[in-house]
Amino acid sequence: MREVAAIGVGITKWGELWKKSFRDIYVETALLALKDAGVDRVDSIYVGSMSSGLFVGQEHIAALLADYLGQAPIPSARVETACASGGLALKLGYMEVASGMSDVVLVSGIEKMTDVSGNEATYALGTAADQEYEGYHGITFPGLYALIAMAHMEKYGTTREQLAMVSVKNHKNGAKNPVAQFPFEVTVDQVLDSVMVADPLRILDCSPITDGAAAIVLYPAELARKYGKPLVKIIGLGHATDTIELAQRTDITWLNSTYLAAKSAYAMADKKPEDIDIVEVHDCFTIAEICVTEALGFVEKGKGGEAVEQGLTALDGKIPVNPSGGLKAKGHPVGASGVAQAVEIVKQLRGECCDRQVPNPRIGMTQNMGGSGASSIVHIFERE
Amino acid sequence: MSTPARYWREIPQRYRLEANKCKNCGKIFFPPRLICNVCQSQELEKTKLAETGKVLTYTIIRVPPHRFVDQAPYAVGIVALDDGTKIAGQIVDCDFGDIKIGMNVRVEFRKIYEMGESGILCYGYKFVPQ
Repeated sequence: MREVAAIGVGITKWGELWKKSFRDIYVETALLALKDAGVDRVDSIYVGSMSSGLFVGQEHIAALLADYLGQAPIPSARVETACASGGLALKLGYMEVASGMSDVVLVSGIEKMTDVSGNEATYALGTAADQEYEGYHGITFPGLYALIAMAHMEKYGTTREQLAMVSVKNHKNGAKNPVAQFPFEVTVDQVLDSVMVADPLRILDCSPITDGAAAIVLYPAELARKYGKPLVKIIGLGHATDTIELAQRTDITWLNSTYLAAKSAYAMADKKPEDIDIVEVHDCFTIAEICVTEALGFVEKGKGGEAVEQGLTALDGKIPVNPSGGLKAKGHPVGASGVAQAVEIVKQLRGECCDRQVPNPRIGMTQNMGGSGASSIVHIFERE
Repeated sequence: MSTPARYWREIPQRYRLEANKCKNCGKIFFPPRLICNVCQSQELEKTKLAETGKVLTYTIIRVPPHRFVDQAPYAVGIVALDDGTKIAGQIVDCDFGDIKIGMNVRVEFRKIYEMGESGILCYGYKFVPQ
């Protein structure tokens, strides 16, 4: 297999983009990635999108977006693993370049979630869970993570304040990210006083409804070296699944798909958790970040809450988690989030993150997750 | 709105807790499956879930999906049944403050929601403190 490098990244301001259409958000973002890469044509496109059908009533978006990006008639495919759709697009783009099938591949993700009402968006997101055995009983997405949180607190003594500290940390980072939907800080008290969504999770424990896109251009590393671009290679990836229904898992506090995806990625990259300088994780809810840092091997099982309290995951901590502000502060346009995580890691490894720049990182990681953890995709990046 | 066929298909599970069990390794599946996810055996036999168990975790849903707007807030939980299987559903007939992890519950047949004004009434199981 060929070595694969990310040679261009693009992301635009996320938020409630009332004035912008689905296709325009995508094209503006993809053009930034193409410009950054210095290319005007690509060989192939992957688009991660969880539910364009429910959010904007449009399927067959791969062809639509290739067309409006001025790239038709090249092949273009939309891929879906719920909120991990962006991570999946990156995996498939990697495989296409690594295999030699294409040289220039545009990996992208998009979701426009505010063209429907809040109720409809809640329903659309809920389709990532088991509709017949979770949704049927009125269990929502925040509800599923609340069930995980309650069990984690009971089993490991994780505190309500520790959950809040995840939100505080990510907002602190997000306040330094110009594309973030909520670029402001929050306090522990503000989190604890915010509206209850599903006990113990409050609104400031939850990632928001967001319109946004992200894009990356992949290229063979060997060719990229010729052009003298700052070279960030994808050196490992892993992808795993678990039961779609939370209740059917052996231990509902343990994200086994994340553990297994990370295990594959570490093996492929020949790296260990200690080697990772910086990581973007899927903090759709505060409890998710705590469980993910455990499953990725950065802390022991049950110690994710303590880790955030002790500042281990802060921007200046031992392992900075979510320097971009994470899904919590940056926003969570579900299909785009996995690609945006990789955009942040590439920028961090290139040293382009200004106020939120981690000093001189060399190895970065992304962890993107679908549903209540039924899909996980992990990538490891290295600056050459 | 879904057709009634989608509802009828799930009646054996939702009304009567029908499950199946792998003849090779003994794992119980709810809902029933065509292939065992542990040993890949396709030899499974019908069984019925236990009707009592303990609350493993719970939450109170305060922001409901549209079908449950008239019920919110309501409690949901995952219950570990006495046969070792785990299922999710609403916890009813008690104050939220009385719900505890480890609490003993019984599985009862209840109405879950109404599928709109001219739609069918949807039934299933809920958990009641013992």
